[in-house]
Amino acid sequence: MPAVSKGDGMRGLAVFISDIRNCKSKEAEIKRINKELANIRSKFKGDKALDGYSKKKYVCKLLFIFLLGHDIDFGHMEAVNLLSSNKYTEKQIGYLFISVLVNSNSDLIRLINNGIKNDLASRNPTFMNLALHCIANVGSREMAEAFASQIPSILVAGDTMDSVKQSAALCLLRLNRMCPDLVPMGEWTARVVHLLNDQHLGVVTAATSLITNLAQKSPDDFKTAVALSVARLSRIVTSAAIDLQDYTYYFVAAPWLSVKLLRLLQCYPPPEDAALRSRLTECLETILNKAQEPPKSKKVQHSNAKNAILFEAISLIILYDSEPTLLVRACNQLGQFLQHRETNLRYLALESMCTLASSEFSHEAVKTHIDTVINALKTERDVSVRQRAVDLLYAMCDRSNAKQIVAEMLSYLETADYSIREEIVLKVAILAEKYAVDYTWYVDTILNLIRMAGDHVSEEVWYRVIQIVINRDEVQGYAAKTVFEVGRKLIPYQLKACGGYILGEFGNLIAGDSRSSPLVQFNLLHSKFHLCSVPTRALLLSAYIKFINLFPEIKTTIQDVLRSDSQLRNADVELQQRAVEYLRLSSIASTDILATVLEEMPPFPERESSILAKLKKKKGPGGHLPDIDDARRNVNGSTESSENAEASKKGSAHPFTDLLNVSSPPPATNSLLVDVFSDISKPAALEVCEENFSRFVCKNNGVIYEDQLLQIGLKSEYRQNLGRIYVFYGNKTSTQFVCFSSSVTSQDTLTPPQLNVHSKTVDPVIEGGAQVQQIINIECLSDFTDAPVLDISFRYGGTLQNIGVKLPVMLNKFFQPTEMTSQDFFQRWKQLGAPQQEVQKIFKAQHPMDTEVTKAKIIGFGAALLEGVDPNPTNFVGAGVIHTKSTQVGCLLRLEPNPQAEMYRLTLRTSRESVSQRLCDLLSEQF
Amino acid sequence: MIGGLFIYNHKGEVLISRVYRDDIGRNAVDAFRVNVIHARQQVRSPVTNIARTSFFHVKRSNIWLAAVTKQNVNATMVFEFLYKMCDVMAAYFGKISEENVKNNFVLIYELLDEILDFGYPQNSETGALKTFITQQGIKSQSKEEQAQITSQVTGQIGWRREGIKYRRNELFLDVLESVNLLMSPQGQVLSAHVSGRVVMKSYLSGMPECKFGMNDKIVIDKQNKGGSSEEGGKSGKQSIAIDDCTFHQCVRLSKFDSERSISFIPPDGDYELMRYRTTKDIILPFRVIPLVREVGRTKLEVKVVIKSNFKSSLLAQKIEVRIPTPLNTSGVQLICMKGKAKYKASENAIVWKIKRMAGMKESQISAEIELLPTNDKKWARPPISMNFEVPFAPSGLKVRYLKVFEPKLNYSDHDVIKWVRYIGRSGIYETRC
Repeated sequence: MPAVSKGDGMRGLAVFISDIRNCKSKEAEIKRINKELANIRSKFKGDKALDGYSKKKYVCKLLFIFLLGHDIDFGHMEAVNLLSSNKYTEKQIGYLFISVLVNSNSDLIRLINNGIKNDLASRNPTFMNLALHCIANVGSREMAEAFASQIPSILVAGDTMDSVKQSAALCLLRLNRMCPDLVPMGEWTARVVHLLNDQHLGVVTAATSLITNLAQKSPDDFKTAVALSVARLSRIVTSAAIDLQDYTYYFVAAPWLSVKLLRLLQCYPPPEDAALRSRLTECLETILNKAQEPPKSKKVQHSNAKNAILFEAISLIILYDSEPTLLVRACNQLGQFLQHRETNLRYLALESMCTLASSEFSHEAVKTHIDTVINALKTERDVSVRQRAVDLLYAMCDRSNAKQIVAEMLSYLETADYSIREEIVLKVAILAEKYAVDYTWYVDTILNLIRMAGDHVSEEVWYRVIQIVINRDEVQGYAAKTVFEVGRKLIPYQLKACGGYILGEFGNLIAGDSRSSPLVQFNLLHSKFHLCSVPTRALLLSAYIKFINLFPEIKTTIQDVLRSDSQLRNADVELQQRAVEYLRLSSIASTDILATVLEEMPPFPERESSILAKLKKKKGPGGHLPDIDDARRNVNGSTESSENAEASKKGSAHPFTDLLNVSSPPPATNSLLVDVFSDISKPAALEVCEENFSRFVCKNNGVIYEDQLLQIGLKSEYRQNLGRIYVFYGNKTSTQFVCFSSSVTSQDTLTPPQLNVHSKTVDPVIEGGAQVQQIINIECLSDFTDAPVLDISFRYGGTLQNIGVKLPVMLNKFFQPTEMTSQDFFQRWKQLGAPQQEVQKIFKAQHPMDTEVTKAKIIGFGAALLEGVDPNPTNFVGAGVIHTKSTQVGCLLRLEPNPQAEMYRLTLRTSRESVSQRLCDLLSEQF
Repeated sequence: MIGGLFIYNHKGEVLISRVYRDDIGRNAVDAFRVNVIHARQQVRSPVTNIARTSFFHVKRSNIWLAAVTKQNVNATMVFEFLYKMCDVMAAYFGKISEENVKNNFVLIYELLDEILDFGYPQNSETGALKTFITQQGIKSQSKEEQAQITSQVTGQIGWRREGIKYRRNELFLDVLESVNLLMSPQGQVLSAHVSGRVVMKSYLSGMPECKFGMNDKIVIDKQNKGGSSEEGGKSGKQSIAIDDCTFHQCVRLSKFDSERSISFIPPDGDYELMRYRTTKDIILPFRVIPLVREVGRTKLEVKVVIKSNFKSSLLAQKIEVRIPTPLNTSGVQLICMKGKAKYKASENAIVWKIKRMAGMKESQISAEIELLPTNDKKWARPPISMNFEVPFAPSGLKVRYLKVFEPKLNYSDHDVIKWVRYIGRSGIYETRC
């Protein structure tokens, strides 16, 4: 970079800046700036030609003013002019101004792009660097469109300078992050990999970052990088520190490059080649060995750099999960860190150990540190470290140490930070259930938990206790006794509710004891009745009616309670209704009927624990891992730790069961009565019209519903995960519709919304023969099956009309076509080879088999029709991406017609099972 | 009640910090600096609540005065106190500036001890304060004088001491008004009001009893109804309707409430007798007629005519018209018939100054503004504002009489020399363009 000579210093700028710094008040500063702006405006007026120096000076001043927080709306043109100067400083200021101030939709963007293009082609390394930096700094879509194809060639050209290569690699990385679809993959990728062999370590570092990023997009293209990076890594690791000169940082050889190489390796499964593998193992061993060496410097930078490499190496070892010796060594190394002075190290050690604990090889090794971890839980001052300790305890727990760990967590709960209490509660509840040998211990633990944590206990926890108690005869008596015992104390409402439920069910099991006679039990429950919340009180009322059945001797006492004004005339409708109904039920029904109605609850079907679901929901999938890790793990799902894989599979395979569990609370006793009524009070479910539904799979506009009164037309447009539907309601009669209303309802109200539907209200009156329009906005949150229903109601001639129309919002509407070459297609096709990712269907043609019609249908379906991809020309091949708010799912489809048999074979491969299934169903109905 | 009082310079450094109550901690000083003086966004509200502590501030040139309290106090009381504090400081050492505050360090603390006690405002009358807080330090006083101070501080008439003697009994009365206006481009009055003050300076011997009369509509209507209707319609036209008013503590409010007469024993020296506000029948001294024409994207033509609207025998002074210019102005050409006009880039405005202008005249300025084409952000066209001073009261207020009675000493109303002066100034006097 040419040095800035003294003569280039801008005196005017310096004076201006010192003026501003000397301003006594904000007002004075604003006055000075206004004056300067007016001056620059008069200079830029256009009738005078400015030399490069003054242009630079004024642009600099504008930049300074902008950075002080004032608006600048001129001077862009002058900055763009500076780009064409051949003086470094002028060009530099021009680029600086542009990357700070010009927004992507400016009309100057073409001029700027032109300037950049000239500089890129100039062969002057300084100018090329400036241009590349500008592209990377702006990083907009327009920039990517203009230059994404040009930069790779600069990167791999033989005569490019090292510094330019470095900038080009980083620029490409930035563009790839911003708009991955615009960076073309091609033959240059192979040559990028060879940059790993470059002499210049700066180029290697930049290239490694780029390759790591690109490898996530198309891992196969960069497979060769593994061997190269292992070689590079081993050269760095084994080299004496001084060899690398500039790239030695506090006696550590090229720490950034090492870390990046290790990251890159984490994108791929362990190398197959034995020699390579042993070389890598050797490297990792050397890194672990180095950690044991005494530090070469006392500086914190030295240990930081060393530890950074070590932690990255350990995460690679964990990811490979195949070398027991390395795993154990890593674990021991982390164990040392657990007692390190540095808080950050302790945190990282705990975090890494969490993942180590799930490996079968190192689980035992991790367990040896249990005392240290428990100690950390007790003595650590930083709450985030304690949180990690809790996570680790949770991860290392098994049948042998469950009691100890649960006891420790419970005792920690009392002093725990409020922010993590709820999570700890859930974890304790899960561990207690998972590793319970003795259910009395389980009941004790959970009741203790509820008593201690009180407000932090979510509903699911006590629901689960009840489920378990009801399903296991052997603990019922014990549970009843225990809740009775703890019930004497002042207790949180969950315990109260739980106690009410259990005593209501199994109170008879402990009624033999005179200390817990029916009346005592009842008094116990009722003593704090007035302090409870409404839902708890409702539950207690149900418990009372159960008592009437269990203990006829206290029937009158309970009836008196039910009859009291505070129940019969309670302001809360639910309580009032229960009181009235239970009172009537107890007074008119015979004992037999009572016994049948109020029978003991049948065992609950065994399901996955709702608490586990809650914990997962709380954390989100891999919530604590940074993004890059997440992506990395997805690339090679095979190496994912076994428990995680299992959990996520369960999560995706049964998305509904967990929630069902939560949303149907076990205290269903009352529903015996209430449900009967609630069904009647609900309006009869109206019939949903979906006759035209399937016609809309491949098209967006048309008439969806028509009868003698009303015609409903649709016009819809979709963009990525957003959609907008214009609904036209046409009144076919000559009289007006009044009280017209239409709303969109989702059919499955239980699940979390997968679609976000927002409809504008419509005019309540439609004149005869007129048409009104309604706009419905739809956002796709995650993949879905059920379409929303449009509920329409209006009065026509005094009668209320109700119409339900299924809106043609299908998953394929959020399809974006993707063009790709044959090679790409089959590469991806192979990547999606897992059995649950593919769905295949063979079906008989319902329509004549016309090639053109089929083509039109596939395009209408939303996928890009790829011609000349399949070796068999009669086959149809398509590709696209489903956009939802949470994820994007790539889809590949292949349709093989068999004209002789009039059959089709449709194969769909997507990264998500539910998506594959749904798309296959939708598309197969069309042919 | 006020818990503490801080004075900061423009950088936020604390110049004076006086804490009256224990509930105000030391960190309150920093809290105000961080959240108000150094706030990223300019704080507009004069009252700021930070961590259950209320800060009331006023700014005088570059000095911040902030009163702090944790209680729910009467905010207007606090501001009244702060203004009074400013007046007192100004009376002692002139302009409130960092320099002056630093030089009068001890004096300010002394004043603060005197005018606030445990956070309750005490006597803040400059005249009274000057008798026992002097800039030169306390002179040794004779027994008599000391006794007088006690009787004055504890007595009924705290604002005047006994035994004042003048050879010439003189009295100056100023009616100072500021007229505020917002007018539409078509000349429609959108809002207008006058806020006025009656300021007096009295050099009278003894303990005189004064009575002040003006053309208050209520008083004049009552007189007409009660007695002779000789003046008839004339007085009805001449009277003004006062919307609201406040008085100096010397005025007997009970008498004002019952008879609507203003009678008082005046303090010695300068004081403000009353403040008032009127909104009806305001005489607008000037009319501004703007004409703005946009010629293409790069040029703007502005013509502004001002007309003086009062008796031609009177002279308005210090006239200044401020015409805002667009933010992308790159050059301005000006032609004016009278006075001097200049484009001030630092304020983004054309400033046109005329020294003097008689009534019933008109004058005009025309400007050609060159613009730098920028992306189409529309110019908001801020209003044209005006400053002036006229020798009459735009509200129409007239002093009818000011009578002085001193029963003990032998001088009568006729012996007192009285001077009356009217000054009307512009407040926010704006015309949209």
